[in-house]
Amino acid sequence: MGVLTRNIDLFVHHFANTLKLFAVSGIASLLLGIFLAMLRVSPVPVFRGAGTLYVTVVRNTPLTLVFVFFVFAYPYLEIIKFEFFTAAVVALSLYTSAFVCEVVRSGINTVPVGQAEASRALGLTFTQMLGSIVLPQALRSVVPPMVSTFIALLKNTTVAAGFSVREAGAIRDALSELGEDTLTGMLWVAAIFVLLVMPLTYLQRVLEKRWSVAR
Amino acid sequence: MTAASTPPMIRMAGVDKFFGPLHVLRNVQLEVPKGQVVVVLGPSGSGKSTLCRTINRLEPIDSGVIEVDGQPLPAEGKELARLRADVGMVFQSFNLFAHKTIIENVMLAPVKVRKTPASEARKTAMELLERVGIANQAEKFPAQLSGGQQQRAAIARALAMKPKVMLFDEPTSALDPEMVQEVLDVMTGLAKDGMTMLVVTHEMGFARKAADRVIFMSDGEVVEDSTPEEFFSAPKSNRAKDFLGKILTH
Ligand SMILES: Nc1ncnc2c1ncn2[C@@H]1O[C@H](COP(=O)(O)OP(=O)(O)OP(=O)(O)O)[C@@H](O)[C@H]1O
Ligand SMILES: [Mg+2]
Repeated sequence: MGVLTRNIDLFVHHFANTLKLFAVSGIASLLLGIFLAMLRVSPVPVFRGAGTLYVTVVRNTPLTLVFVFFVFAYPYLEIIKFEFFTAAVVALSLYTSAFVCEVVRSGINTVPVGQAEASRALGLTFTQMLGSIVLPQALRSVVPPMVSTFIALLKNTTVAAGFSVREAGAIRDALSELGEDTLTGMLWVAAIFVLLVMPLTYLQRVLEKRWSVAR
Repeated sequence: MTAASTPPMIRMAGVDKFFGPLHVLRNVQLEVPKGQVVVVLGPSGSGKSTLCRTINRLEPIDSGVIEVDGQPLPAEGKELARLRADVGMVFQSFNLFAHKTIIENVMLAPVKVRKTPASEARKTAMELLERVGIANQAEKFPAQLSGGQQQRAAIARALAMKPKVMLFDEPTSALDPEMVQEVLDVMTGLAKDGMTMLVVTHEMGFARKAADRVIFMSDGEVVEDSTPEEFFSAPKSNRAKDFLGKILTH
């Protein structure tokens, strides 16, 4: 307990950054992932190809390499200058969106083709059909894998520690500089992660229950 | 187009359609004037569904012309969506939107496609549900309704767009026998009100009672095109005689 109480400010500060990384990357990956899934089911072959290429490349690249690119290599291109934090958000979002895309796409595949045909027959455009009919049903059917993807994102934020972002993964080094017991510190970090995942698990249960009625 | 002659509601001329090597529509010629009720008969695999689905371009055709109310079918895109909004379609498997209530199903397209204000769309939707006899089911989800009720909801959903013409592809084939009549009654009512209809069905009672015209298809061809009386009492082709022999053995 001592390690935690003595360094409570440090823990709060680092975990606040973890949550910030998670929230911003989470929203960005969800939006980008859904957009990628739309590309992958588009009737336009070029869009489908672009979506597939993105997912194949990004999903098969280790997260650390995605970070390396955005934190070290990308600045040499001198397009836009990133803060470390921003670079971490970009890396996490680009990486996670590929997984979100595949989850959404598997959801789209569970929606019976008749739903899309009925939409088209009523005069809905492709985007209206996806937005109002297909995606809402697809997302309802993929709550558990989607939540797993976000739990993975939450834990993946710790990779940012290696790239100068002071989040939960950097607590160990910070404690060791202060001459604290890092092993106990790490156990606390693990415990707090368990606590943070709980609301996600709860959300999953609520959504599954709510949406099972509507189908 | 002169002022005197209004275009037919549906016009198909020289329509051919292939699925790979399979020739499913062969040089189809068909004109359906406004207000006519056409029943399409034919053995399984003769191309009835395909014919129905080409009219709102759910299936594109390989050659020929299809016009709805004098307008040739545009290519996929906004303009085709606009045309589809005017062509109601009822499917064998209902295809109600599973995540929306019955009333939301009926309101959705008027609000999204026609940009009707929600309050007005809701009022019209309730009237339509009243008309098909399921107003008391408005707030339920499709899965909570019987097949007959779902199909009546699907008809109300199509009618909500105030279509110029309605296409039905075996609307009662997926129903338990005791629910067939309630759906046919709604369709008969529509026919009486002057709706232009193209109905693929095996319900001979409906064909005799409500149809102005019967089309018999076989192997992708329109083999007979006559009034119900003519078709049922004196079919010309052997294929039609064969078909009727199999179907009318009571
Ligand atoms: N999407 C498709 N791809 C390939 N072949 C198809 C497809 N849809 C239909 N067919 C074939 O085209 C032919 C005509 O089919 P269609 O569904 O129009 O017949 P139908 O007269 O409606 O038959 P049924 O009474 O069984 O509904 C059949 O041989 C069918 O197997
Ligand atoms: Mg059919």
